[in-house]
Amino acid sequence: MKKKLNRSFAGNLAITLFLGALGVFMVLPLVLIISNSLKPLDEFFIFPPRLFVRNPTLSNFGDLFSTLSNSWIPFSRYLFNSIIISVFGTGGHIVIVSMAAYPLAKHDFPGKKILFSIVVLALMFAPEVTQIPNFLIMSKLGLVDTYFTFIIPVIVFPLGLFLLKQFMESVPISLIESARLEGAGEMYVLWRIIMPLIRPAWLTLLLFNFKFSWSDLTSGFNVFVFSEEIKPLPHLLAQISGNTQVAWKGMVAAAHFVMLIVPVMIFILTQSQVIETMSSSGLKE
Amino acid sequence: MSNTKFSSLLHKMIKHRVSYAMLAPYYILFFIFVVFAVMMAMGLSFSYFNILEKPQFVGWGNYARLFLDDDVFLIALKNTALFVTITGPLGYVLSFSVAWFMNELNPKIRSVATLFFYAPALSGAVTMLIWQVIFSGDSYGIVNGVLMQAGILLEPLIWLKNEKYMLGILIAVQLWLSLGTSFLSFIAGLKTVDESLYEAGAIDGIKNRWQELWFITLPVMRPYLKFGAVMQITAAFAVSGISIQLLGFPTTNYAGRTIVTHLMDHGQIRFNMGYAMSIATFMFLLMVSFNKLVQAYLKRIGN
Repeated sequence: MKKKLNRSFAGNLAITLFLGALGVFMVLPLVLIISNSLKPLDEFFIFPPRLFVRNPTLSNFGDLFSTLSNSWIPFSRYLFNSIIISVFGTGGHIVIVSMAAYPLAKHDFPGKKILFSIVVLALMFAPEVTQIPNFLIMSKLGLVDTYFTFIIPVIVFPLGLFLLKQFMESVPISLIESARLEGAGEMYVLWRIIMPLIRPAWLTLLLFNFKFSWSDLTSGFNVFVFSEEIKPLPHLLAQISGNTQVAWKGMVAAAHFVMLIVPVMIFILTQSQVIETMSSSGLKE
Repeated sequence: MSNTKFSSLLHKMIKHRVSYAMLAPYYILFFIFVVFAVMMAMGLSFSYFNILEKPQFVGWGNYARLFLDDDVFLIALKNTALFVTITGPLGYVLSFSVAWFMNELNPKIRSVATLFFYAPALSGAVTMLIWQVIFSGDSYGIVNGVLMQAGILLEPLIWLKNEKYMLGILIAVQLWLSLGTSFLSFIAGLKTVDESLYEAGAIDGIKNRWQELWFITLPVMRPYLKFGAVMQITAAFAVSGISIQLLGFPTTNYAGRTIVTHLMDHGQIRFNMGYAMSIATFMFLLMVSFNKLVQAYLKRIGN
């Protein structure tokens, strides 16, 4: 690591202070979640409220599973729903999107440019625009109160197509052609040759897509889902977080902690790959 | 003449049937749930539709009412403009600054720092709800507690329902959430800048880090700046939906109303679907034009 040129000490100091202050601001709510989730009930009644916990306990997490329920639906059900939606949604997304990205990147066919540019256009507006029409479509299809209302938005996630197509373009055509010469079909080329080569890219997509499916609340077509039993975690959290009864605070924080820890762990595992993805030539047009 | 063109097109398409087959699963879904949905939104915007009855054509009626007769929409426009012009660029600049500052400092703490700064955006728009606890209206809310302890406040304030403070709080929370995809792309982009460019710059007379930033770093990062901009703008518009979670719905005197929540109000609460669709169409056109404008502007970076 070479030393940077023309750097003043004052500049470095100012930067460090700024980052430090901002870091505190960013992290404060998260620290609050962690410490509140570990607080025994009596520590919530202290005035003024204390940030850190004195006698940590895991009872809030236990309560979460045994007593917390909303309209008689247990926490574990919401968690289960979230897992189903994220696993099928993100898994389905990566499979389907890579199948579509490959022809866009490496084949040449009529309509290629248009098909890609409409997906880029989709990146430019917020999903709330299409929420209500999508609800109408889903109800015509009879799919309103099913997991599909949650899974379909995850699969259609346009950033995925954009990202994978950009990366597939950088795979050398020679590899593909030699595989074809040996009789490989296009799906084989996709799964056995291309995808392993762009692993950082789909790992990154995995992170982003998972984050979306795990935590999205307002942008999917789930606005009209009536059956409480298929709703995922964000809905539960939205309903209980406004609860100012002190007795609930520990459980609310514990629920938030569960929401938080899963994407964070995935990020920690994939971080280096994510950064590498975004720094390689994939993003350059 | 056109006969042969068409048949050669068809011929080409059949030749590439495998391509189309692979595109199909994604694009079928995309066409139904994005393309067709947008067209439906536009179509319904010219109707009166309340779900119970068939839509009735009303021409420009919805739009006329929207722009000429809807005071709450004007508040929504004002707030959305506020968010987009403040938290959008601010979030963008913040993402870039933090990424750049982190790049300036010790590489060892960089991945821990990345995690800290990205964590709020990563945990998704839900953990933002913890801010409800911080700004909670009773004396156990953190802000109330601290201020009362310091003697600044005598009684707990209900921050989130208070017209004076709710916008400021919303902006702060949105900024908290704004170190997202664009942040990561900037970190990555900074890594790609060739070291030798900096050395050449130093020889050529660049005197401090700020000049280096403007003349070398930014131009090289142009693709990342463009990508980050699209992501940030879309996020700035969409995140206006957050207000309903934090501030309740509707907000006191509509002070926190944004285009998105206005849409939700008419669509999900009042079932004025036609009207809601005119809001949606407007938002669609607004966002796309805005994004395109910003892209055009970014082409001129560093010149």
